[in-house]
Amino acid sequence: MIPITRRGFLKVSGGVAAGVAIGVPDVLHAATPTPEVQGRVNLPYPLHSIAKKQQLQANTPVPFSYPDASSPCALIKMGHPVPGGVGPDRDIVAYSLLCTHMGCPVAYDAERRVFKCPCHFSIFDPEHAGQMVSGQATEKLPSIVLQYDPKDESVHAVAVEGLIYGRQSNLL
Amino acid sequence: MATNKDRVALPPVGAQKTNLTCHFCIVGCGYHVYKWPENQEGGRAPTDNALGLDFRKQLPPMSIIMTTAMQNTITDQDGSRHNIMIVPDKQCSVNQGLSSTRGGQLATVMYTPNGVGKERLRSPRVYVADQWVDTSWDDALALYAGVTKKILDNDGPSALAFDCFDHGGAGGGFENTWGTGKLMFTALKTPLVRIHNRPAYNSECHATREMGIGELNNSYEDAELADVIVAVGCNSYETQTNYFLAHWLPNLQGQTIEKRKQRFPGEDAAPAKVIFVDPRRTPTIAVAEQVAKDSVLHLDIEPGTDIALFNALLTYVVDQGWHDKEFIEAHTKGFDQVLKANRTSLEDASHITGVSVEKLKQAAEWAYKPKASGHRPHTMHAYEKGIIWGNDNYLIQSSLVDLVLATHNVGRRGTGVVRMGGHQEGYTRPPYPGNTKIYVDQEIINGKGMMYTAWGANPFQTTLNAEQHRAVILKRAGIVREAMANVRGGGTEQMIEAIYDAVKNKGGLFVANINLYPTKLAEAAHVMFPAAHPGEINLTSMNGERRMRLSQRFTDPPGSAKADCLIAAAIANTLKQLYSTEGKQDMAARFEGFAWQTEEDAFNDGFRMAGQAGAGPIDSQGGTTGNLVTYERLIAMGNNGVQLPAKEFRDGKLIGTEMLYTDYKFDTPDGKAEFKPAPWPGLPKPVAEQKAKYKFWVNNGRINEVWQTLYHDQYNEFVRQRVPMAFLEVNPEDAQALNIASGDVVEVFNDYGSTYALAYLEPDIKRNQTFMQFGHFNGVMGDLTTPWTDRNVVPYYKGTWANIRRIGSVDVFKQTISFKTRRFSA
Repeated sequence: MIPITRRGFLKVSGGVAAGVAIGVPDVLHAATPTPEVQGRVNLPYPLHSIAKKQQLQANTPVPFSYPDASSPCALIKMGHPVPGGVGPDRDIVAYSLLCTHMGCPVAYDAERRVFKCPCHFSIFDPEHAGQMVSGQATEKLPSIVLQYDPKDESVHAVAVEGLIYGRQSNLL
Repeated sequence: MATNKDRVALPPVGAQKTNLTCHFCIVGCGYHVYKWPENQEGGRAPTDNALGLDFRKQLPPMSIIMTTAMQNTITDQDGSRHNIMIVPDKQCSVNQGLSSTRGGQLATVMYTPNGVGKERLRSPRVYVADQWVDTSWDDALALYAGVTKKILDNDGPSALAFDCFDHGGAGGGFENTWGTGKLMFTALKTPLVRIHNRPAYNSECHATREMGIGELNNSYEDAELADVIVAVGCNSYETQTNYFLAHWLPNLQGQTIEKRKQRFPGEDAAPAKVIFVDPRRTPTIAVAEQVAKDSVLHLDIEPGTDIALFNALLTYVVDQGWHDKEFIEAHTKGFDQVLKANRTSLEDASHITGVSVEKLKQAAEWAYKPKASGHRPHTMHAYEKGIIWGNDNYLIQSSLVDLVLATHNVGRRGTGVVRMGGHQEGYTRPPYPGNTKIYVDQEIINGKGMMYTAWGANPFQTTLNAEQHRAVILKRAGIVREAMANVRGGGTEQMIEAIYDAVKNKGGLFVANINLYPTKLAEAAHVMFPAAHPGEINLTSMNGERRMRLSQRFTDPPGSAKADCLIAAAIANTLKQLYSTEGKQDMAARFEGFAWQTEEDAFNDGFRMAGQAGAGPIDSQGGTTGNLVTYERLIAMGNNGVQLPAKEFRDGKLIGTEMLYTDYKFDTPDGKAEFKPAPWPGLPKPVAEQKAKYKFWVNNGRINEVWQTLYHDQYNEFVRQRVPMAFLEVNPEDAQALNIASGDVVEVFNDYGSTYALAYLEPDIKRNQTFMQFGHFNGVMGDLTTPWTDRNVVPYYKGTWANIRRIGSVDVFKQTISFKTRRFSA
């Protein structure tokens, strides 16, 4: 049974009923830098190393947290070029795992290649910049801006596009 | 400036807080509007922001819905800039803190010079020579009223056509139906009026009303109390979103069992079952099956065969003895005759509907067989456009309500036979000045009518047989445009003469467009007036459980835009002045009674006067007790408002009516509900002809992300990126045979018209069937609909067949649009 209401949701305590539940390592991230207000319009996001290319398997999400430990995310190598994709094949993307509607953790459905929210049934497409395929959200799934370093084939998170659920600002 | 929306401004403690009912479907979710000066912000500590939440740390799921789409920065007419945040109200019994993808963008669609609303009409406009130019209200009103008067004086009111909203929510509301209705029916007295979504002035629910049962007879809570919900032709996850999420699903999941046991002591109470009647496996069915697969039954009938289904269920139920003989005897009439007229065997129904006898029996057992505890099940019947725009509206409703009456599924809590609704409701008008239903579209096509006012309506994107209708109006309007272009420097009087000559002697049609946006009607119109929507004006409406709320004004309309009721008043007052100047006091008197300064003045003149001594006849959804309701009292009732009809005002609160007919006094002269014969008629001839000639059934309707004609959404990147063109769900095997891939543009065509659509391959669509998004500005589905209507001039929008041809690809669509299934699945 899928939790729908607040009451039902809390009862099942964040269980994800459909697709692959993505565990997030409980690793405290480096302290968020003090926002530098003057001289810039972008938030001062931290740089975070996520994985090396050779560690990535196509269509298999890699969990991480960004920009801090309480923001679960997933990196996926889609296996073919996609909008916003980085890396030599322009196929590596990453997203926040909190549904932009009410913050329920979305699950990755590897067969359909979508993220699905068990609470109000929103569906997001990682191969189309996190576009909502169907559902009740008003925003795409926030995408994690990635940089690929060809020297050591590492993938880094450098920013977040879109507001992570449950925050006034992406940087707490 | 950074475009990354990765933070929002929090409302400070003490920010202005008002109520707003979402107008993007009938459900009417309650929202709060926070408004505060742009240069102020609340803090992250819970004591430092008006939401009372601690933003110093990550909020847990379900804490609130607060997204960047829920915020905007608006400018009042004094130039002061304010942040607004529009968030769902957790205390509202309708949505309980939920927002839909449409209502979640209420802040986004409020006017800002660079935002979604940047194309809003801000002043009246006239078509001069070959372009639209802004003008003053006085100039535009002089032209509009002058042409109106000329026609009225020489040709009578029947030459003045209107296409006008009759509902609640944006482009509607009790104030605005009254204002427009008083102008059209009392002052002008024209019968040549159609309603925004259909070609005549008629109800969508003639049959059920004649049977004594108004179509909104229960409460949303009844969906929590039902044993079974029979959902006919309604895709509620997408089109009545939070009614489905907040009231249906908890019952399917068994979360309301305790409540049901308390309400119905001694009765069995298991998690509710739901029976969907729909040819298509909708996203709603997918969600319901995801939640409670074993409690869902999908009767995937052949298109247009609902009547055979309900007649067979009635026959079977009665043969099993599951009908309520005492109720039928005491409170209804006509049962025996109808049983005879509607008698249909399960086998015959199975043959007609394509649904197996076993499934039909299962449906009957679920919905109507007494429970183990011996009690009759509480079965709620919900229906919408599958019936309203079905084959044929009058007969389907008759056959459905026959079944409901026989099984006593009305007037008991947990039951009801209700339309689910599209817009909110909000009807208060003087009686329609005629006793026949005029098929206005055909009149216009046949050259009748001299002036056509589209008021909060867009028939170019929504009517039936739309291609011909549009072509004729454009042609007739073109005659007037040509005549107008030849008047140079002659002033309004000469312009009126030229227009009148064109409409009287040359077949022309003078077209006015009153709306938020120019819309497609701007292609034909000659004058436009800017209207306003909730938030910019005060507006009352009621939802699908008759729950009336006041959406409070919190900002100014853009430019000189006005509430529709005040536009109607401006027109009436101009005409009154013209007649007074001419010394025609009898005509001037017809245009009296519009001395309104505010929306509340119109509310007090219409809704509150219905049934009052000295007032003329008024048809009002508030009934005769509307006088109990005031703006002040509604503000005090907040987003929970009052369910109409209001019963009393006591201890500072309005007391309303949760369910109708609990006393079994139905709306017929003798109070008895009336069975109505509804033998299965087959498909109408023009429809059957298309079916014989063309391969694909073109089912159609609204989708979750889009509101109606996309009047806001076409400027909203979140929506437009998703559906830049009307999509057409096609079965993948059919698509393969046609060499069509998702993202291809296809032509859809039949005897009535041709349009383009965006192919969207969907395995849940059956072979030889399609589903096309209705009302889109980019691909008008109505071009394919036949002109056939039922006896009350209600169209069969859902019934047409067409062929499909691949056109090609639009690269950007293929790159940016996801064509993955919209159906949620495990």
